[in-house]
Amino acid sequence: MNESAAGSQTRMVQVRQNVLKHNDLIARVLREKFCGAGVFVVSLVSSPGAGKTAFLEKLLGMLRERGMRVAALVGDLATENDAVRLARSGAPVKQIITGTVCHLEAQMVEDAISRAEWQLAELDVLFIENVGNLVCPASYDLGEALRMVLLSVTEGEDKPLKYPSIFNTADVAVVTKMDLAAAAGCDVGLLTRNIHQVRPGMEVIETSARTHAGLEKIAELLARRRTLVK
Amino acid sequence: MHELSIAMALLEVAGEEAQRHGSARVVAIHARVGPLSGVMAEALTGAYELAREGTAFEGCRLVVEQTDITGKCTTCDAVRGVVAAQDLRCAACGEVIREILTGRELELTAMEVES
Repeated sequence: MNESAAGSQTRMVQVRQNVLKHNDLIARVLREKFCGAGVFVVSLVSSPGAGKTAFLEKLLGMLRERGMRVAALVGDLATENDAVRLARSGAPVKQIITGTVCHLEAQMVEDAISRAEWQLAELDVLFIENVGNLVCPASYDLGEALRMVLLSVTEGEDKPLKYPSIFNTADVAVVTKMDLAAAAGCDVGLLTRNIHQVRPGMEVIETSARTHAGLEKIAELLARRRTLVK
Repeated sequence: MHELSIAMALLEVAGEEAQRHGSARVVAIHARVGPLSGVMAEALTGAYELAREGTAFEGCRLVVEQTDITGKCTTCDAVRGVVAAQDLRCAACGEVIREILTGRELELTAMEVES
Protein backbone atom coordinates (compact mmCIF):
# COMPACT_ATOMS: atom_id res chain seq x y z
CA MET A 1 0.00 0.00 0.00
CA ASN A 2 1.17 3.49 -0.85
CA GLU A 3 -0.02 6.87 0.27
CA SER A 4 -1.14 9.05 -2.63
CA ALA A 5 -0.91 12.83 -2.56
CA ALA A 6 -4.52 13.07 -1.40
CA GLY A 7 -3.66 10.83 1.50
CA SER A 8 -5.86 7.93 0.40
CA GLN A 9 -4.64 4.35 0.07
CA THR A 10 -3.50 3.09 -3.30
CA ARG A 11 -2.54 -0.37 -4.50
CA MET A 12 -0.95 -1.79 -7.62
CA VAL A 13 -2.93 -4.21 -9.74
CA GLN A 14 -1.14 -6.29 -12.35
CA VAL A 15 -3.04 -6.26 -15.65
CA ARG A 16 -1.01 -7.38 -18.69
CA GLN A 17 -3.31 -6.57 -21.59
CA ASN A 18 -2.42 -5.69 -25.16
CA VAL A 19 -3.23 -2.04 -25.72
CA LEU A 20 -4.72 -2.92 -29.12
CA LYS A 21 -6.59 -5.96 -27.85
CA HIS A 22 -9.90 -4.78 -29.32
CA ASN A 23 -8.30 -4.49 -32.76
CA ASP A 24 -6.54 -7.84 -32.28
CA LEU A 25 -9.81 -9.56 -31.36
CA ILE A 26 -11.57 -8.28 -34.49
CA ALA A 27 -8.52 -9.25 -36.57
CA ARG A 28 -8.61 -12.75 -35.14
CA VAL A 29 -12.28 -13.16 -36.03
CA LEU A 30 -11.57 -11.82 -39.54
CA ARG A 31 -8.65 -14.25 -39.98
CA GLU A 32 -10.86 -17.19 -39.00
CA LYS A 33 -13.55 -15.99 -41.40
CA PHE A 34 -11.01 -15.64 -44.26
CA CYS A 35 -9.55 -19.10 -43.56
CA GLY A 36 -13.02 -20.62 -43.39
CA ALA A 37 -13.95 -19.05 -46.74
CA GLY A 38 -10.65 -20.16 -48.30
CA VAL A 39 -9.68 -16.62 -49.34
CA PHE A 40 -6.02 -15.63 -49.14
CA VAL A 41 -5.73 -12.09 -47.77
CA VAL A 42 -2.73 -9.93 -48.59
CA SER A 43 -2.16 -6.46 -47.17
CA LEU A 44 0.05 -3.87 -48.85
CA VAL A 45 1.90 -1.18 -46.91
CA SER A 46 4.32 1.49 -48.12
CA SER A 47 5.04 5.19 -47.91
CA PRO A 48 2.80 7.48 -50.01
CA GLY A 49 3.81 7.39 -53.67
CA ALA A 50 5.75 4.12 -53.55
CA GLY A 51 3.46 2.72 -56.23
CA LYS A 52 1.05 0.44 -54.36
CA THR A 53 -1.90 1.32 -56.56
CA ALA A 54 -0.05 1.02 -59.87
CA PHE A 55 1.44 -2.29 -58.74
CA LEU A 56 -1.90 -3.63 -57.58
CA GLU A 57 -3.75 -2.47 -60.69
CA LYS A 58 -1.38 -4.44 -62.90
CA LEU A 59 -1.32 -7.44 -60.58
CA LEU A 60 -5.12 -7.62 -60.34
CA GLY A 61 -5.35 -7.50 -64.14
CA MET A 62 -2.78 -10.27 -64.57
CA LEU A 63 -4.35 -12.54 -61.95
CA ARG A 64 -7.79 -12.05 -63.48
CA GLU A 65 -6.49 -13.00 -66.92
CA ARG A 66 -5.37 -16.26 -65.34
CA GLY A 67 -8.86 -16.94 -64.06
CA MET A 68 -8.20 -16.05 -60.43
CA ARG A 69 -11.02 -14.46 -58.51
CA VAL A 70 -9.53 -11.36 -56.91
CA ALA A 71 -10.86 -8.26 -55.15
CA ALA A 72 -9.37 -5.28 -53.35
CA LEU A 73 -10.06 -2.93 -50.49
CA VAL A 74 -8.16 0.34 -50.59
CA GLY A 75 -7.67 2.80 -47.75
CA ASP A 76 -7.08 6.53 -48.10
CA LEU A 77 -7.62 9.60 -45.96
CA ALA A 78 -9.77 11.15 -48.69
CA THR A 79 -10.97 10.59 -52.31
CA GLU A 80 -12.04 7.46 -54.15
CA ASN A 81 -9.34 7.97 -56.79
CA ASP A 82 -7.44 4.79 -55.97
CA ALA A 83 -10.58 2.65 -56.05
CA VAL A 84 -11.37 4.08 -59.49
CA ARG A 85 -7.86 3.23 -60.71
CA LEU A 86 -7.94 -0.30 -59.31
CA ALA A 87 -11.42 -0.92 -60.73
CA ARG A 88 -9.93 -0.45 -64.23
CA SER A 89 -8.50 -3.95 -63.77
CA GLY A 90 -12.09 -5.25 -63.80
CA ALA A 91 -11.82 -6.60 -60.24
CA PRO A 92 -14.36 -5.71 -57.55
CA VAL A 93 -12.93 -2.85 -55.48
CA LYS A 94 -14.13 -1.01 -52.39
CA GLN A 95 -12.67 2.23 -51.09
CA ILE A 96 -12.24 2.80 -47.35
CA ILE A 97 -12.07 6.50 -46.53
CA THR A 98 -10.40 6.87 -43.15
CA GLY A 99 -10.90 10.62 -42.68
CA THR A 100 -8.25 11.73 -40.22
CA VAL A 101 -6.99 8.25 -39.39
CA CYS A 102 -3.60 7.52 -40.94
CA HIS A 103 -3.91 3.72 -41.08
CA LEU A 104 -6.47 0.95 -41.48
CA GLU A 105 -7.87 -0.85 -38.46
CA ALA A 106 -9.49 -4.29 -38.36
CA GLN A 107 -12.94 -2.76 -37.73
CA MET A 108 -12.69 -0.70 -40.94
CA VAL A 109 -11.88 -3.86 -42.90
CA GLU A 110 -14.81 -5.70 -41.37
CA ASP A 111 -17.19 -2.82 -42.12
CA ALA A 112 -15.96 -2.48 -45.71
CA ILE A 113 -16.39 -6.18 -46.39
CA SER A 114 -19.95 -6.18 -45.10
CA ARG A 115 -20.77 -3.02 -47.07
CA ALA A 116 -19.30 -4.55 -50.23
CA GLU A 117 -21.53 -7.60 -49.78
CA TRP A 118 -18.88 -9.85 -51.31
CA GLN A 119 -19.16 -13.59 -50.97
CA LEU A 120 -15.73 -14.32 -49.52
CA ALA A 121 -15.96 -17.99 -50.48
CA GLU A 122 -16.13 -16.90 -54.12
CA LEU A 123 -12.78 -15.10 -53.92
CA ASP A 124 -9.29 -16.59 -54.24
CA VAL A 125 -7.27 -13.57 -53.15
CA LEU A 126 -8.37 -10.38 -51.41
CA PHE A 127 -5.90 -7.49 -51.34
CA ILE A 128 -6.04 -4.76 -48.72
CA GLU A 129 -4.13 -1.64 -49.74
CA ASN A 130 -3.34 0.33 -46.59
CA VAL A 131 -3.04 4.10 -46.31
CA GLY A 132 0.40 5.26 -47.53
CA ASN A 133 2.31 5.36 -44.25
CA LEU A 134 5.34 3.45 -43.02
CA VAL A 135 4.76 4.05 -39.32
CA CYS A 136 1.23 3.49 -38.04
CA PRO A 137 0.09 0.42 -40.02
CA ALA A 138 2.84 -1.61 -38.30
CA SER A 139 0.81 -1.78 -35.08
CA TYR A 140 -2.53 -2.93 -36.52
CA ASP A 141 -3.34 -6.52 -37.38
CA LEU A 142 -5.97 -6.61 -40.16
CA GLY A 143 -6.45 -10.37 -40.18
CA GLU A 144 -4.28 -10.74 -43.28
CA ALA A 145 -2.34 -13.92 -44.06
CA LEU A 146 0.52 -12.06 -45.72
CA ARG A 147 1.81 -8.53 -45.27
CA MET A 148 3.69 -7.04 -48.19
CA VAL A 149 5.85 -3.95 -47.71
CA LEU A 150 6.54 -2.01 -50.90
CA LEU A 151 9.49 0.28 -51.40
CA SER A 152 10.33 2.22 -54.56
CA VAL A 153 13.85 2.69 -55.92
CA THR A 154 13.42 6.47 -55.71
CA GLU A 155 13.04 6.49 -51.93
CA GLY A 156 16.64 5.89 -50.90
CA GLU A 157 18.34 2.66 -49.89
CA ASP A 158 18.19 3.43 -46.17
CA LYS A 159 14.37 3.51 -45.88
CA PRO A 160 14.26 0.10 -44.14
CA LEU A 161 16.72 1.35 -41.50
CA LYS A 162 14.57 4.41 -40.84
CA TYR A 163 11.36 2.39 -40.45
CA PRO A 164 12.44 -0.94 -38.92
CA SER A 165 9.05 -1.75 -37.33
CA ILE A 166 7.07 -1.91 -40.56
CA PHE A 167 9.74 -3.99 -42.29
CA ASN A 168 10.02 -6.23 -39.28
CA THR A 169 6.28 -6.97 -39.24
CA ALA A 170 6.12 -7.67 -42.99
CA ASP A 171 6.39 -11.10 -44.64
CA VAL A 172 7.57 -10.06 -48.10
CA ALA A 173 9.28 -6.95 -49.47
CA VAL A 174 8.48 -5.70 -52.97
CA VAL A 175 10.84 -3.24 -54.63
CA THR A 176 8.82 -1.11 -57.08
CA LYS A 177 9.70 1.16 -60.06
CA MET A 178 12.70 -1.00 -61.02
CA ASP A 179 12.55 0.59 -64.50
CA LEU A 180 13.77 3.79 -62.78
CA ALA A 181 16.57 2.15 -60.75
CA ALA A 182 19.43 3.27 -63.01
CA ALA A 183 18.03 6.79 -63.48
CA ALA A 184 17.52 7.16 -59.72
CA GLY A 185 21.01 5.81 -59.04
CA CYS A 186 19.56 3.22 -56.68
CA ASP A 187 21.90 0.52 -55.39
CA VAL A 188 19.36 -2.33 -55.22
CA GLY A 189 21.93 -4.65 -53.63
CA LEU A 190 22.40 -2.22 -50.75
CA LEU A 191 18.64 -1.74 -50.48
CA THR A 192 18.20 -5.52 -50.18
CA ARG A 193 20.96 -5.78 -47.56
CA ASN A 194 19.26 -3.05 -45.54
CA ILE A 195 15.95 -4.91 -45.71
CA HIS A 196 17.68 -8.04 -44.45
CA GLN A 197 19.30 -6.13 -41.62
CA VAL A 198 15.89 -5.29 -40.14
CA ARG A 199 14.16 -8.49 -41.27
CA PRO A 200 16.67 -11.29 -41.77
CA GLY A 201 15.74 -13.77 -44.48
CA MET A 202 12.71 -11.87 -45.84
CA GLU A 203 11.96 -12.59 -49.49
CA VAL A 204 12.59 -9.53 -51.68
CA ILE A 205 10.99 -9.26 -55.15
CA GLU A 206 11.99 -6.57 -57.66
CA THR A 207 9.12 -5.29 -59.80
CA SER A 208 8.02 -2.63 -62.25
CA ALA A 209 4.35 -1.89 -62.86
CA ARG A 210 5.35 -0.16 -66.09
CA THR A 211 7.28 -3.06 -67.67
CA HIS A 212 5.44 -5.79 -65.68
CA ALA A 213 8.85 -7.10 -64.55
CA GLY A 214 8.62 -9.29 -61.45
CA LEU A 215 4.83 -9.64 -61.51
CA GLU A 216 5.22 -13.26 -62.54
CA LYS A 217 7.29 -13.84 -59.41
CA ILE A 218 4.57 -12.20 -57.31
CA ALA A 219 1.98 -14.55 -58.83
CA GLU A 220 4.24 -17.52 -58.02
CA LEU A 221 4.73 -16.26 -54.47
CA LEU A 222 0.97 -15.91 -53.95
CA ALA A 223 0.37 -19.43 -55.27
CA ARG A 224 3.11 -20.82 -53.01
CA ARG A 225 2.06 -18.99 -49.83
CA ARG A 226 -1.59 -19.77 -50.44
CA THR A 227 -0.88 -23.48 -50.47
CA LEU A 228 1.00 -23.14 -47.20
CA VAL A 229 -1.99 -21.53 -45.51
CA LYS A 230 -4.52 -24.03 -46.85
CA MET B 1 0.18 10.67 -35.43
CA HIS B 2 -1.35 7.33 -34.53
CA GLU B 3 -0.09 7.60 -30.94
CA LEU B 4 -3.37 9.42 -30.18
CA SER B 5 -5.34 6.36 -31.36
CA ILE B 6 -3.01 4.20 -29.28
CA ALA B 7 -3.42 6.42 -26.20
CA MET B 8 -7.21 6.26 -26.56
CA ALA B 9 -7.07 2.48 -26.89
CA LEU B 10 -4.88 2.39 -23.78
CA LEU B 11 -7.47 4.39 -21.79
CA GLU B 12 -10.27 2.16 -23.05
CA VAL B 13 -8.49 -0.99 -21.88
CA ALA B 14 -7.49 0.70 -18.59
CA GLY B 15 -11.11 1.75 -18.02
CA GLU B 16 -12.32 -1.82 -18.46
CA GLU B 17 -9.67 -3.14 -16.11
CA ALA B 18 -10.42 -0.49 -13.49
CA GLN B 19 -14.07 -1.51 -13.57
CA ARG B 20 -13.17 -5.18 -13.34
CA HIS B 21 -11.01 -4.51 -10.28
CA GLY B 22 -13.68 -2.31 -8.71
CA SER B 23 -11.33 0.62 -8.26
CA ALA B 24 -12.69 4.10 -7.65
CA ARG B 25 -9.84 6.02 -9.23
CA VAL B 26 -6.74 5.15 -11.21
CA VAL B 27 -3.68 7.09 -10.05
CA ALA B 28 -1.17 5.70 -12.53
CA ILE B 29 -1.07 3.50 -15.62
CA HIS B 30 2.01 1.44 -16.38
CA ALA B 31 2.65 0.50 -20.00
CA ARG B 32 5.39 -1.44 -21.76
CA VAL B 33 6.52 -0.39 -25.23
CA GLY B 34 9.04 -2.17 -27.44
CA PRO B 35 11.23 -0.60 -30.14
CA LEU B 36 9.50 -2.77 -32.80
CA SER B 37 5.94 -1.93 -31.71
CA GLY B 38 5.71 0.99 -34.12
CA VAL B 39 5.01 3.33 -31.22
CA MET B 40 7.38 5.96 -29.86
CA ALA B 41 7.31 6.20 -26.07
CA GLU B 42 7.72 10.01 -26.08
CA ALA B 43 4.95 10.51 -28.62
CA LEU B 44 2.69 8.17 -26.65
CA THR B 45 3.27 10.18 -23.48
CA GLY B 46 2.40 13.41 -25.29
CA ALA B 47 -0.70 11.90 -26.89
CA TYR B 48 -1.77 10.41 -23.57
CA GLU B 49 -1.88 13.85 -21.98
CA LEU B 50 -4.33 14.95 -24.68
CA ALA B 51 -6.39 11.76 -24.60
CA ARG B 52 -6.97 11.78 -20.83
CA GLU B 53 -8.44 15.32 -20.79
CA GLY B 54 -12.10 15.35 -19.86
CA THR B 55 -12.07 11.65 -18.97
CA ALA B 56 -12.01 9.78 -15.67
CA PHE B 57 -8.23 9.56 -16.15
CA GLU B 58 -7.58 13.27 -15.79
CA GLY B 59 -4.68 13.52 -13.34
CA CYS B 60 -3.71 9.88 -13.85
CA ARG B 61 0.01 9.43 -14.62
CA LEU B 62 1.38 7.28 -17.44
CA VAL B 63 4.59 5.41 -16.73
CA VAL B 64 6.17 3.90 -19.84
CA GLU B 65 8.72 1.14 -19.57
CA GLN B 66 10.74 0.66 -22.75
CA THR B 67 11.79 -2.91 -23.49
CA ASP B 68 14.82 -4.11 -25.41
CA ILE B 69 14.87 -6.28 -28.49
CA THR B 70 15.99 -9.78 -27.63
CA GLY B 71 15.95 -13.00 -29.59
CA LYS B 72 17.12 -16.58 -29.70
CA CYS B 73 20.72 -16.76 -30.87
CA THR B 74 21.37 -20.18 -32.37
CA THR B 75 25.16 -19.79 -32.11
CA CYS B 76 25.19 -18.77 -28.43
CA ASP B 77 22.24 -21.12 -27.80
CA ALA B 78 20.82 -18.40 -25.53
CA VAL B 79 18.50 -15.42 -25.46
CA ARG B 80 20.53 -12.37 -26.40
CA GLY B 81 20.08 -8.67 -27.05
CA VAL B 82 20.56 -7.39 -30.60
CA VAL B 83 22.94 -4.75 -31.93
CA ALA B 84 20.07 -2.38 -32.87
CA ALA B 85 16.58 -2.35 -34.38
CA GLN B 86 18.41 -1.56 -37.63
CA ASP B 87 20.78 -4.48 -37.18
CA LEU B 88 19.16 -7.64 -35.86
CA ARG B 89 22.34 -9.47 -35.01
CA CYS B 90 23.32 -10.97 -31.67
CA ALA B 91 25.07 -8.32 -29.56
CA ALA B 92 27.38 -11.00 -28.17
CA CYS B 93 28.52 -12.94 -31.26
CA GLY B 94 27.16 -11.14 -34.32
CA GLU B 95 25.00 -14.05 -35.56
CA VAL B 96 21.78 -13.01 -37.35
CA ILE B 97 18.76 -13.31 -35.02
CA ARG B 98 15.74 -14.71 -36.83
CA GLU B 99 13.50 -15.38 -33.87
CA ILE B 100 12.54 -12.20 -32.01
CA LEU B 101 11.35 -12.84 -28.44
CA THR B 102 10.84 -9.33 -27.06
CA GLY B 103 10.69 -5.84 -28.53
CA ARG B 104 7.20 -5.84 -30.08
CA GLU B 105 5.30 -5.15 -26.82
CA LEU B 106 2.52 -2.61 -26.64
CA GLU B 107 0.93 -3.55 -23.34
CA LEU B 108 -0.86 -2.21 -20.33
CA THR B 109 1.04 -3.95 -17.55
CA ALA B 110 -0.24 -2.55 -14.25
CA MET B 111 -2.34 0.15 -12.66
CA GLU B 112 -2.02 1.98 -9.39
CA VAL B 113 -5.56 2.37 -8.06
CA GLU B 114 -7.35 3.83 -5.09
CA SER B 115 -9.39 1.12 -3.48
